[in-house]
Amino acid sequence: MSSVTGVSLADETPGPHGSAPLSGDGAGTGRLGDRLFGGAAKGAGLLVIGLVTLVGVFLLWQAIPALARDDANFLTSREWSVDGAHPRFGIVELLWTTVTVSAIAMLIAVPVGVAVALFITQYAPSWLSRPAASLIDLLAAVPSIVYGIWGLRTFGPVFEPVQGFLQHRLGWIPLFSNAGISGGSTILFVGIVLAIMVLPIVTALSREVFAQTPLTHKEGALALGATRWEMIRTAVLPFGKPGIISASMLGLGRALGETIAVTIILSTLPDGSKWTFSLLNGGETFASRIANNAAEFDTPQKAGAFIAAGLVLFVLTFVVNAIARVVIERRKAFSE
Amino acid sequence: MKIQRLGLLASVAVVGSIALTACGSDNNNGTGASAGGSSSSSSSDCPTGTLNAEGSSAQKNAIDEAISSFQDTCSGATVNYNPTGSGAGIKQFLAGQVDFAGSDSALKTTEKDGKVEADEAAKYCGSPAWNLPMVTGPIAVAYHVKGVDKLVLTPEVIANIFNGKVTTWNDPSIAKVNSGATLPSEPIKVFFRSDESGTTENFTKYLKGAAPAAWTAEPGKAWTGKGEGKEKSAGVAGAVQSTEGGITYAEWSYAKDNKLGIAQIDNGAGPVELTGETVGKAIATAKADGQGNDLRLKLDYATKEAGAYPINLVTYEIVCSKGKDPAKAKLVKAFLKSFASEQTQKSLEEIGYAPLPDEVRTKVDAAIDALS
Repeated sequence: MSSVTGVSLADETPGPHGSAPLSGDGAGTGRLGDRLFGGAAKGAGLLVIGLVTLVGVFLLWQAIPALARDDANFLTSREWSVDGAHPRFGIVELLWTTVTVSAIAMLIAVPVGVAVALFITQYAPSWLSRPAASLIDLLAAVPSIVYGIWGLRTFGPVFEPVQGFLQHRLGWIPLFSNAGISGGSTILFVGIVLAIMVLPIVTALSREVFAQTPLTHKEGALALGATRWEMIRTAVLPFGKPGIISASMLGLGRALGETIAVTIILSTLPDGSKWTFSLLNGGETFASRIANNAAEFDTPQKAGAFIAAGLVLFVLTFVVNAIARVVIERRKAFSE
Repeated sequence: MKIQRLGLLASVAVVGSIALTACGSDNNNGTGASAGGSSSSSSSDCPTGTLNAEGSSAQKNAIDEAISSFQDTCSGATVNYNPTGSGAGIKQFLAGQVDFAGSDSALKTTEKDGKVEADEAAKYCGSPAWNLPMVTGPIAVAYHVKGVDKLVLTPEVIANIFNGKVTTWNDPSIAKVNSGATLPSEPIKVFFRSDESGTTENFTKYLKGAAPAAWTAEPGKAWTGKGEGKEKSAGVAGAVQSTEGGITYAEWSYAKDNKLGIAQIDNGAGPVELTGETVGKAIATAKADGQGNDLRLKLDYATKEAGAYPINLVTYEIVCSKGKDPAKAKLVKAFLKSFASEQTQKSLEEIGYAPLPDEVRTKVDAAIDALS
């Protein structure tokens, strides 16, 4: 019993069975389970943060000695000679190829993925939506090397006439100018194959988010006379926007880091080729260049130069994810 | 619900039995000599144990064949070879992680980044490290041009093709060496190895040695000419097969497997076709570049020997002359002896390598006998 002043006689009275005042009866408060679970969750979070930090520290530690000896500007040079006493290497060509391949992949995968997710959750009859969802998830189960071989042998020859058409008709646009690379090995083609690889990630996450849309919002829109598309546009999509952005970021992470499919499909360019903005050109991404040379890392300097390239990829992914986080946080106001 | 549960059990049983069929003895001895341990004489002096080796991927098929025939005669021995690349193989050898290394170039005697490879190896072994040539892999200039079954090329023409100076198949310089053949006017599409490779290094060494005026770049593992890069020999050979007018340099077995045309090389003594004997003739003209039992070879790429195919790659096994562990040393010696034996070398010809010529083989045998 507490009084207005906060002082009570019960604070001095002994408890039942002669126990001390305010000692309680030893029943479980649930605090132990709470502490254990909270501790485990905190531990897992710290572990993940620690892992990412350690990866960053490893990349920096290996890359900095090589970067210090670089004679050329790392961020703007197109050369890549990492042996010897005067290494000159720069990543601008790698950066361009990586960014364009991933941009093409996302430009195709995000709209198509969102459309498929909308179809599965809003338009499809229930007997179709579950098999369709499993089928899309199956695309994610295909290993990257199978995509690479399929792209090289089967899809590539199909794409050659398309590339021929683009070069022939639209070759005056710098993006489609002729760079002398054969059809199934260009940046554009690899972007398309990557889009297929990224599609299931975007679809699966968007599907989950769209399924969570509050029924009241949807019914309210329909009750106000909206058509199906207007209901989706006003109730489902705004609600799902943070989810779509998260899904795209995960997909972008996969596209930026995809190694084996790019290595197999994309033709590399010889040293000294002219710079071109064409999408119908070959090249190397960060990951494929490291993969092509990993077997011959015979000096720490050489390994360091390639790891520096990997570091740029790490930073690039980090920056893009940070931007996405900011966008999501600003949209939080719309969620219920 | 009973049908569902029955169906679940049935599907688990089917999947399980299919998975279990994958368990079986891995019998990949193409020679068929594995019939029940019928080992000839040497089963009594066959050492037992496990050998680990790493290195060049160019010799992977050859060494796999040698390992399977060695393991047939010596069933108590196991040899593992990991084709991680020559650079990685030598690094692991110097770090004591493997018993010998496979490399497509001998240990360097010039300084690189403050270290001399040959000296580091001698320091690690406590005795000189020997480079023993075991596998000769010819490099084919493979092409895919419809209607052209026989193509003769000289080193200058090859250099100009891979340099991008000659761009169509009916160029006069190609027609000059191929009188009588009708060459189409389609463009030449060059493919090169996008990964760092010993094949590239040996091909560029050939071009620099045989046509130094036309090929001015330094030989190296990274490509310095023109063209499109594809990954690994499988990639370049596949690309040539699917591209009309394609040309590349690749190991002989890849050119054969993809049914590509193989050019005859005219080094100054007439066109030479790529066969086991012509390769052997060229290797026999190589000069010994090392002392005593260190058998590093300096290939004569500009050789004008008649009937010698000049574009070759030799892979070495790098071993300590005095092994650090006596039991392992015995096993290394036995394996290398089997590898260098006439029978094993002959069997390599089917998979696209050429057997060591007799002159080199006797020297290698003598060196193996001197291992301790």
